[in-house]
Amino acid sequence: MKKNDLFLIGGIIVFVFVAFLLLLIFRTEGSKVLITIDGKEHKTFNINEDTTYNILLDNGEWNILEIKDGYVKMLDASCPDKLCVKHNKIRYNTESITCLPNGVDIRVIGGEESDLDAIAK
Amino acid sequence: MNSKKIASYGLFIALAFIFSYIESLIPIPFPVPGIKLGLANLVVIIAIYGIGLKEAFVLSMVRILLVGFTFRDPSTLIFSFAGGLLSWLTMAIFKKLKLFSMVGVSILGGIAHNIGQIIVAIMYVNNTSLIYYLPLLMISGVVSGTLIGILGALILKRLNKFLD
Repeated sequence: MKKNDLFLIGGIIVFVFVAFLLLLIFRTEGSKVLITIDGKEHKTFNINEDTTYNILLDNGEWNILEIKDGYVKMLDASCPDKLCVKHNKIRYNTESITCLPNGVDIRVIGGEESDLDAIAK
Repeated sequence: MNSKKIASYGLFIALAFIFSYIESLIPIPFPVPGIKLGLANLVVIIAIYGIGLKEAFVLSMVRILLVGFTFRDPSTLIFSFAGGLLSWLTMAIFKKLKLFSMVGVSILGGIAHNIGQIIVAIMYVNNTSLIYYLPLLMISGVVSGTLIGILGALILKRLNKFLD
């Protein structure tokens, strides 16, 4: 191992720490939940109205989504890896749960635009 | 292509293939897409240092094809190719620059792999917010990249007399 390797590791850790900190500071509450299938808009829900929704795809695959107490969660899915089901529940703006095998993406949107997005633009 | 080269291609591809299989058996305790050990990358980085950049590229691409059609759904091939390509390119560049040892190069290769996959995922589900996974994946890249890099250097030292 060279000294430069340690600088690299240190640099990455600092970068990640700052990134997490910024995301934490600038995060905003979301107001809507947007479901997309293969990148196309499918349905939008209000994050404050509790509901359970079954996303049925044309190819027979499915994802069951739950909105409860302001949080969004994937209850179950037909995908093989179930990564989306294991994903933590989400509630903040720009957070998302993605089920890549099914092409289903659930994201929290709305709320006020966070400062970080404004900077990114 | 001489027979020794053909034999080592076969050996390396078989090894990378088996490592991908072993990797698929190891459960990852984090529910984040993209976090993995990168065992197959161990073979690729040894090939980069032990045989050559071109050979490592061929090895990596053949492995992805084989794995895509056996242990995984072929629809995931595009993710593997994006990750594999960017990872190989990054490792090739940083090996030439001689800034880092195998550890640094392997870390950068791991992170590049994740970036490649995130880019495809962003295009696939049309959600740029997936970029926020990157910091988390960078941490996993540092951990697995360091392990793979140290292991790779140890193995290469023992392999060198057979490879020349």
